[in-house]
Amino acid sequence: MALIELENIRKTYALAGTEGVEVLKGVTLKINEGSLVALMGASGSGKSTLMNILGFLDTATSGRYLFDGRDVSKLSANDRADLRNERIGFVFQNFNLLSRTSALQNVLLPLEYQRKRRPKAENRAWAAELLKRMGLADRMDHAPNQLSGGQQQRVAIARALVNRPRILFADEPTGNLDSKTTVEILEMFRNLNKEEGITIVIVTHDAEVCDYAKETIQIRDGLVVGGAFGQEGGK
Amino acid sequence: MISFRVIVTALSALRRNLLRSILTMLGIVIGIASVIAMMEIGAGASKQMSERISSMGSNVLMISPVAISSGGVSAGSGTGITLTSGDCEAIIRDCPAVKAATPVLSQGGIQVVAGSRNWSPNRIESGTPDYLEVQNWQVAEGACFTERDVTTAATVGLLGQTVADELFGEGSSPIGADIRIKNVTFRVVGLLAKKGANLMGMDQNDVVIVPWTTMRNRLARSGGTASTASSSHTYSRKDLYPITSVALYPSRDATQTSNYQMPIRFNNINRIQASAASADTIQTAISQIEETLRLRHRIADGAEDDFEVRNMSELLDTLTSTSTLMTNLLLVVALISLVVGGVGIMNIMFVSVTERTREIGLRMSIGARGSDILVQFLVESVILCVSGGLFGILAGRVASMVIASVLNWPTATSPSAIAISFAVSAAIGIVFGFYPAWRASRLNPIDALRYE
Repeated sequence: MALIELENIRKTYALAGTEGVEVLKGVTLKINEGSLVALMGASGSGKSTLMNILGFLDTATSGRYLFDGRDVSKLSANDRADLRNERIGFVFQNFNLLSRTSALQNVLLPLEYQRKRRPKAENRAWAAELLKRMGLADRMDHAPNQLSGGQQQRVAIARALVNRPRILFADEPTGNLDSKTTVEILEMFRNLNKEEGITIVIVTHDAEVCDYAKETIQIRDGLVVGGAFGQEGGK
Repeated sequence: MISFRVIVTALSALRRNLLRSILTMLGIVIGIASVIAMMEIGAGASKQMSERISSMGSNVLMISPVAISSGGVSAGSGTGITLTSGDCEAIIRDCPAVKAATPVLSQGGIQVVAGSRNWSPNRIESGTPDYLEVQNWQVAEGACFTERDVTTAATVGLLGQTVADELFGEGSSPIGADIRIKNVTFRVVGLLAKKGANLMGMDQNDVVIVPWTTMRNRLARSGGTASTASSSHTYSRKDLYPITSVALYPSRDATQTSNYQMPIRFNNINRIQASAASADTIQTAISQIEETLRLRHRIADGAEDDFEVRNMSELLDTLTSTSTLMTNLLLVVALISLVVGGVGIMNIMFVSVTERTREIGLRMSIGARGSDILVQFLVESVILCVSGGLFGILAGRVASMVIASVLNWPTATSPSAIAISFAVSAAIGIVFGFYPAWRASRLNPIDALRYE
């Protein structure tokens, strides 16, 4: 079943003095539940804009966006914030961890904005469990500047998972990492996808990443040009 | 909306930037501290000013009998004989708004002799020891006569500076010396502190004060009141304790004996001087005194008073306008420093919002609503301001205490200033924190995440 369905999504950025720049020119795609998708494209191709729309950070100028069968094209900013909180996890290229804050506290951060509160002890246990799964059991009290890049990214992944999201968006998650840790992180994504069944969308311009994805979606000049729906990638 | 968790979040955000938080707080600390110190020093100055003004007699109430007239000829103010020392005691007993009251008998133009020198003081006043409290007058040297001196009609007296200078020469102490008034020897027990001229331009130091009973018995023992006493006859101890067998009482003629049965030791007095507890209670004191005296004098409803109560409204107006001026001045200065502190807070909050743009973007991307961000920054700024306010109050109190002890300036703690500056610092946090917080909440999460 399709978790995400886009129909003819267009996005135009208004620029002073011009008619506006159309970044997405009618994107139609489907992402199935449980898939591991690589969103490929050169810089300026519109892949980041697409990810922002997919991740409810932005709204499309026109077109239809069905998330889990529900039309979410015209939601208010607050509703989108709640959706981000409940359904989505983000992993960023530059980690975006709070400095001078322990790994555990960083992981707990999304729970601060949960509308339905859970007991504090339960939250802490869950965050600690996630960090343990990321192999950071002995690093929970370390601040980001005491962690290596790969460790920081794993904290960020734990943070993205703490809300038990349906889908994980990773924006160039390996862009700041060396090749060894890149492999570690990508393996981790693959395991999460396989074992937990979490849908993962990785935005990248790196062909190596595609090897780990089950599907690849190619974006060029604001359009889906190729790709390979249902095509099994990987080694 | 503002839960405990929001406060914890704000606190941890502030702790992440401890130095900057402290520096921001410092602006408010200094602002509030200067307000508190200024208010306390100002309140002290203001209190001293009103004390000085009230020492001129702004709280003094004069209760005197109404004028009598005989055959169409008015004898002038205070010529009636309606007030007694009992009235004064009743006022002290029954009027809570009255701080002190004293019966007063006074005479003018009487010569005072000390050794080979003599002087005619402006007035010879008399009363109870309360006289000095009513007039807000201190004894510079020696002590005031006592209640016991009043009871025993002791021949003791207090000298004003002018009288002392004239009789004993400038700089020398008159304490313990003897003076003679109307051939009665008085011992000087105290020297009054210097006082300037009164509002009429009369030298207030040109006075001798004796117990009112002594005045009644020894200096003014004839007629209705002391002021109508004859000054041509001098009285001495011989009249009371005659060496030769003489009549104890002055003889009366037949008409007098039939018309009056006036005792020699009358209780009538010239006037009563009372002082209200404070400038605010003057009106209350006046109405209480009127009520008490009307009751004692059995004056029917609707009938006119046989006494009148006057106050120093001119001084009172000065006092009121001075303290209003002082208060307004302090308020303006306090407002200015608080606005400066507030702008400082706003400035730092803007810096903080800019610096933490990416954090805001991150918080939004993991599900924070705009309102969450707004509340977070608002709570941060309120926490900064309130804790800054608390430290400021502390620092201000310390500063004013140091100033009080080092420079010897009068200060007065003002609980209202403390309460107000606490409230104001919280308000500053909200008012000046709102705009930066609102700006933060309006950030676009995508732009915020990309912010370098």
